Amino acid sequence: MTRLVSVPRREFLKLVPAAGAGLVLGFRFGDEARADTPSPAPAAAAAGSPGGAFAPNGFLQVDAEGRVTVWSPKSEMGQGVATALPMVLAEELGADFATIKVEPTWFDARFGDQDTGGSSSVRTSYDPLRKAGAAARAMLLQAAATRLGVPATTLAAEQGMVIHVPTNRRLPFKDLVADAAALPVPQDPVLKDTKKFTLVGRPMSRTDTPSKVDGSAVYGIDVKVPGMLYAAIALSPVFGGKLVRFDDTAARKVAGVRSVHPIRRGVAVVADSTWAAFKGRDALKVTWDEGSGASESTLALRARCEDLGKNPGKPFRQDGDADTALQNAPSRIEATYEAPFQAHAPMEPMNATAHVEKDRCTIWAPTQTPGWAAMEVMKVTSLPREAIRLNITLLGGGFGRRIMPDFVLDAVEISKAAQAPIKMTWTRPEDLQHDYYRPYSHHRLSAALDDLGLPIAWKHRIVSTSISESMEPGNPHPESDELACASDLPYAIPNVRVEYTPAPSIVPRGWWRSVDASQNVFVVESFLDECAAAAKKDPLRYRLDLLRESRRVPYPGSDMVLETDRLKRVIETVAERSGWGKPLPAGHGRGIAAAFSYRSYFAQVAEVEVVKGKVKVHRLVAAIDCGKVIHPGILASQIESGAVFGLTAALKSGITVDRGRVVQSNFHDFEMLRCDEMPQIESHFIPSEAPPTGVGEPGVSCAAPAVLNAIAAVTGRRLRRLPIVPGDLAS
Amino acid sequence: MPPYTLRINGATRRVDVAADTPLLWVLRDTLGLTGTKFGCGQSLCGACTVHLDGAATRSCVTTVAEAARATAITTIEGLSPDRSHPVQKAWIQEEVPQCGYCQPGMIMSVAALLKQKADPTDADIDAALGGHICRCGTYQRIRTAVKRAARNAAGPQGPRQGGRRQMPPAAPGAATPGAATPGGGTPPPAKPGGGGR
Repeated sequence: MTRLVSVPRREFLKLVPAAGAGLVLGFRFGDEARADTPSPAPAAAAAGSPGGAFAPNGFLQVDAEGRVTVWSPKSEMGQGVATALPMVLAEELGADFATIKVEPTWFDARFGDQDTGGSSSVRTSYDPLRKAGAAARAMLLQAAATRLGVPATTLAAEQGMVIHVPTNRRLPFKDLVADAAALPVPQDPVLKDTKKFTLVGRPMSRTDTPSKVDGSAVYGIDVKVPGMLYAAIALSPVFGGKLVRFDDTAARKVAGVRSVHPIRRGVAVVADSTWAAFKGRDALKVTWDEGSGASESTLALRARCEDLGKNPGKPFRQDGDADTALQNAPSRIEATYEAPFQAHAPMEPMNATAHVEKDRCTIWAPTQTPGWAAMEVMKVTSLPREAIRLNITLLGGGFGRRIMPDFVLDAVEISKAAQAPIKMTWTRPEDLQHDYYRPYSHHRLSAALDDLGLPIAWKHRIVSTSISESMEPGNPHPESDELACASDLPYAIPNVRVEYTPAPSIVPRGWWRSVDASQNVFVVESFLDECAAAAKKDPLRYRLDLLRESRRVPYPGSDMVLETDRLKRVIETVAERSGWGKPLPAGHGRGIAAAFSYRSYFAQVAEVEVVKGKVKVHRLVAAIDCGKVIHPGILASQIESGAVFGLTAALKSGITVDRGRVVQSNFHDFEMLRCDEMPQIESHFIPSEAPPTGVGEPGVSCAAPAVLNAIAAVTGRRLRRLPIVPGDLAS
Repeated sequence: MPPYTLRINGATRRVDVAADTPLLWVLRDTLGLTGTKFGCGQSLCGACTVHLDGAATRSCVTTVAEAARATAITTIEGLSPDRSHPVQKAWIQEEVPQCGYCQPGMIMSVAALLKQKADPTDADIDAALGGHICRCGTYQRIRTAVKRAARNAAGPQGPRQGGRRQMPPAAPGAATPGAATPGGGTPPPAKPGGGGR
């Protein structure tokens, strides 16, 4: 999710005075930081005290009892930030991780960038959290040094205690916080040697697990506030449709229905319970002006993209002269690929709770981007930012869907109209039919091979329903979220041309876990296998040959650089760990794919069986180089999770459109991978002391091409359109 | 409409709701038992699973009138008072949840399965969980945790109760730290505080 990426430039540390709160250290990063006036302690801020201009993006508090509390600026949606981020801080602080408390947050300028996406949370928070922890440690050590009359250099912090190393004398943090709080905050504290980390790199217990096994975890949908009513919403079944009129006679007769309100994009029913609201909504008779969107269909879009693909697009990578090299080549390989719209379908349907009052608005929402939501809420309510309190709950899955502020705005509008606190809940059909979908994309590829069978020319023309054009019609950079893992092609090919053409569509698009990598890695890694097959070469050997020379490939329009040696290493690792080349049972095949995604290097081998046209994925072997591993258990979880996400999109489901409507409505026709289809997944990590990079999304992209390459290996059939359907492999 | 009497988690609750109200919404909206989740409303995902007289039941398609006929309704909140049910312990030990939204339903189905089959096979697990969806894809850990729960339930030799634990550091140079083994299991816990090398 490129839009969300922010790069920290400098940090600010400041002691935050707080009566009775012990040592409170605020930290933030970003250019907008102004360390001029102190901010209240988190506890005070939570109680609604006005803040100063110093606006930390996260907090660490050590209270008078020595208890450490951390406020994480990032939303927990299963990816483990509520564990990984506190671990980094606790490591540098020398805290006892078992006693650390992680508190929920709210939208507040003092937390800085609260966007959660783009696999960026650990990457962008690593340094600030380390510095915050190290500064607090330095202050505690100095307080202990004065107390004991020993040099601070003879002291260490561990497990919530300061230890005088020569004598093993120990002082608990609680005995030191008052003295430490009186000391100046070191602005450039000495960080630990990452090789000596004792906490980071170990699978500590997740801080969110206990509440997720006993029903006590509070997701957005679980929020209950005094006087709260329940709301459901009727939305135009056709994208872009407008409300003409509605008849709520029957709806108002449903027991429990309180009121009916037109809002900007639909009609809301407010009731005493969710069920009554759903029934009332179903009883509405709504007339929509379907507009021009009603003519949209996947078939029409496919034809449109095929047409657009016949003409050259705008080039975004030009090495050598691919067109001439292709023209002069004795033979060319050409293929067309297609990836469908995809819905996020987090298990927790869209919902938000809002209470709009005359001079303030309080919201409880499972959101990835509270800042965007709050900005939109300001417009709808005409309230200033400080009058909006947006509490961030746990997210029952995000995957990019909860970047969008639409569902928060619906709830705010309904509360404003109903003049009551309301919780709005969507049904699953609404979730699937009113999403911001992964773009539909169409790909034309051609390659020419040299005498050794290696590509001397590679041309990739992408036509897709651009995300940025959907977000902002007329955006001058429709390609901005469409080219990852295509325009930065890592393989040593002398003539490369990557083109892009946006395709218009009424269907709303958004950032779907791994975004452009999700379709481009499928296409690039599949077509590369087609080249290898044409050259009669082993696909693993083929990739390694194309990465033989150590190179650094800049990502067009970004500060990212792909190091081919690191990509090669993950490929070699999965090859070795998967037993590449070793005999397989009859009907089984292996496929490989690799990607540089969210600044991490990822490769995967799939072992697949095809029986009577049915695909069974037995095993996936993955390797990742994501720099320093913070938590190996969470990293393995994210790789497994990404693989299931990718497999589901490859083998199970896609979104199609007909008459301007999404065809799929629930999990019977938008199917998910289930327990019995789960392959064995093995995850291998490349040891590294490099700063951490993304782990939430890289694991998505390789599942489809690895599986499709394995299918081709075992059947000789090359599948170029996702999701695959039973007929694809019928004999 | 008559008030319905429900016997939930050992308590008797009277609720005055429409007869067609699904048990799910009675639990969530009327009784505040929000651990039972809404995922699809059509018995397609399993997030709303509770026990009716011990049997795993989708509360989103079970009306309050039907539920009132049960002698005992158990929700995730009533599975144990302190996360001590063998399935909950196994879920903590194996660190199953990611977003966690589907897990109460998964746990309820597994708890019902283990009552029927103390030592379930992979096919038993597939059958019991075939109606469940985890969008985060935790199935590998779920399978490991079900088997662990079966061992937990089997006797006192089971692994110690879950809770915060610390693991030894990964062997230097190894491509794969401990947690990334097939099955997603975690190695046995080390003594807390033994973090140094």
